[in-house]
Amino acid sequence: MSCADQSGLDAEMAAALGAPSPASRAPAPLSPFSAPTVRAVKDPFHGDLLEVSMGPQHPSTHGVFRMVVTLDGEVIVKLKPVFGYLHRNHEKIAENTSYLGSMPYTDRLDYLCSMTTNWAYALAVEKLAGQAVPDRAQYIRVILAEMTRLVNHSCLVGFLFNDLGTSFTPLLYAFREREKILDLFESLSGSRMMCNFQRFGGCRVDPSPEWLAAASRLVDNFPRFLDEYETMLTGNEIMLARTQGVGILDAQKAVNAGITGPCLRASGCNYDVRKVDGYGFYPRFDFRVPLGAHGDTYDRYMMRILEMRESVKILRQAFKELPAGPVMDPKAKIRGFRPKPGEAYGRIESPKGELGFYLISDGSTNPYRYRVRPPTLINLTLLEEMCLGHTIADSVVILGSIDIVLGEVDR
Amino acid sequence: MESLEQIRDRLLARFPGAAVVLVINPGPAAEHSLLLDGTHGRDLALCLRDDPALQLDYCSNATGIDWPDKEIVDVKKIAVPDSAGGPGKIIEEKTRRLEPGYLEAVYHLYSMALRHGPVIIRLRTGNRSDRVTLPSLTPVWRSCEFQEREIFDLYGIVFEGHRDLRRLLMWDEFKDHPMRKDYVDPDDYEWEPTPHDEVLERAKAHYPPALPPEAPKP
Repeated sequence: MSCADQSGLDAEMAAALGAPSPASRAPAPLSPFSAPTVRAVKDPFHGDLLEVSMGPQHPSTHGVFRMVVTLDGEVIVKLKPVFGYLHRNHEKIAENTSYLGSMPYTDRLDYLCSMTTNWAYALAVEKLAGQAVPDRAQYIRVILAEMTRLVNHSCLVGFLFNDLGTSFTPLLYAFREREKILDLFESLSGSRMMCNFQRFGGCRVDPSPEWLAAASRLVDNFPRFLDEYETMLTGNEIMLARTQGVGILDAQKAVNAGITGPCLRASGCNYDVRKVDGYGFYPRFDFRVPLGAHGDTYDRYMMRILEMRESVKILRQAFKELPAGPVMDPKAKIRGFRPKPGEAYGRIESPKGELGFYLISDGSTNPYRYRVRPPTLINLTLLEEMCLGHTIADSVVILGSIDIVLGEVDR
Repeated sequence: MESLEQIRDRLLARFPGAAVVLVINPGPAAEHSLLLDGTHGRDLALCLRDDPALQLDYCSNATGIDWPDKEIVDVKKIAVPDSAGGPGKIIEEKTRRLEPGYLEAVYHLYSMALRHGPVIIRLRTGNRSDRVTLPSLTPVWRSCEFQEREIFDLYGIVFEGHRDLRRLLMWDEFKDHPMRKDYVDPDDYEWEPTPHDEVLERAKAHYPPALPPEAPKP
C-alpha cells in the first residue's frame, strides 16, 4: 500500500487524523545496532536453545560487563564473558607518564577502593626503588586500607541483595555507613572516592588528632551496624534459599584458576596476602582469616561479613598503637624520580582479591613496563563453571558474589 | 624454598635437552627469573607445578613485554699515522649493528600449598613479526586463560595450545597490537564505515521486499 498517489488534501487530512505520514513507510535504514540480542541456537539433542546477550547495559552486571548466555529453557548451558567495554589501555597511558603521574590514575582502576589501589602501586614502586616507609605512614596505610575494606564489603553485600531482588533497602543501610567513611576520606585527602593519597615513601598528609578521634569513634560504632545488618540479612529465608548450594567453587580448581580474595577463602583455601607476604605492618596485628566450608554464594557472602569484623579488630589495634613521627620518608624523592633499572612485582590483598603491580624500570622517569594484575578479571575465569546448570537468575547472584568492578576488569 | 640456581640445575638434570637461563634483575627488588626455552616451556612449567618441593600451584600474574629492535653503535678507536710525518691521529670508527627485538611473556608463580614464591619464569619469542608463537601455559595454570588472551590482544604473542585464543579487550576487527612500543594510534578511533556505496549495496539484502504497485484508482 502506497500513499504516494494520494492528493495533497488527503495527506493533510491523514496527518490531522494522526495517521502515519508517507515518510514513515519507507524501509528503516540499516542500523549497526539492529542485530538481535536473542537468537535461537539449533542443537540436535536439546532442541532449541536460546542465546541471550546479558549486558553490557544491564543493571545487574555491575557495569559494562557482558555475558553471552546460552539457555536451555531457563537453565544455563554455556556462558561466555565479554570484556573491553571500559577499556582505555591504562597500562599504555601509565607507560607514557611519570611514576607519580599515574598515581591519581590508579584511583580509577577500582573506583570503590582507591586507597588500596594506591597502596598497591606505591608498594610496587617502593620495591622497585628500594624506598623505605616510616612507621606512622605504614599504620595510616593499614587504617585506610581496612576502612576501604569496610566500605567495599558492606556495599558489596548491599549490591548482592539488590541482585537477589530486595530493591535497595540493604544497600541504603550500607551506603549510610559508607557515607560516614567517605566523609572521613574527603576531610583527609580532599576527595571522597578518588583519594590519590599514597606517595612513594609515605602518605600525602598526616591525619590530625581530631580526624583520628572521629575515625576511631566510627570504627567503634561499626560493629553495631554490622549486627543490625546481619539481623536483617543473614538469616533471611529468601537469602538462604537463593544462595546456599548455588555457584559452588571447588578449592583445587579455584587455586589453579588464580581465584583470590574472599572468593578463594570461601572455598576453604587459607591464602591471604596480608598473612603470607606480611606487607605493610600486618604481621604486627592480631587478626584471623575467615574460611568457608562449601564455597557457595552464601559462604562468599559470609566471608565479607566476617572479614569486616576482623577489619574492625585490626583498626582498633591500629588506632591504639599508632606511633608519632613523620608520614613521609625525608629521603624520598618526589621530583625527578628515577628508579634504577630493574623490575619488581608488588601485590597486596585488596578487598576484591590479590591486586598486583608489575613494573620494569629502564632508569628513566617513566616505567618501561607497567602492568596491573586485576583480581576481578581473573576471578571471572571460573564464572562459566560456577553458573552451569543454574538458572539465569542465579547467574546474576553468582556474579554479584564474585564482586567485580569494571574499571579494573577492563582497565 | 631453594634458590633459583638449584631449581635451574634440577630442571636441567630432568630435561637434558632444555635450555634454562638465569636472568638477573639488577634492581633493589632482586627478583631474579628463569628464562625457559619455548619448545620445552610447557613441560618445564608442569614440572615446576607438580614438583613436591616447589608445588607452584598458583600463577598470579602473566604478562607480556615488548623489546623492540635496538640499534647499537660500537665505537672503535683507530690510530692513523699522519702521512706528512706529524703526530698520528686517532679516528673513531663507528659500526652500527641491529640487535633483534623479541616479545616476552613473564609469569609470576607462587605456591599456595607451601606459601612461598615468587618464582618468575620468562618465555621469549624468536622475533617480533613472524616467529611470535609460544606454548600456552593455560593447560598448566588456568589463571593464564584471560591473561594470555590479553597478551595476544595487546602484544600479538600467539599462544599454542590455548583453547580459546581471541582478543580480550580490543574488538575482534581491530588489526594492531596497542601495547607494542612502535604502535602508532590512529587519528580517529571512532571511524566506522557509513552506509554508502558498497555498504549500501550489501544493506539492500536486508530491506523488506518491494511492495507491489497498487492498482490505479477507477
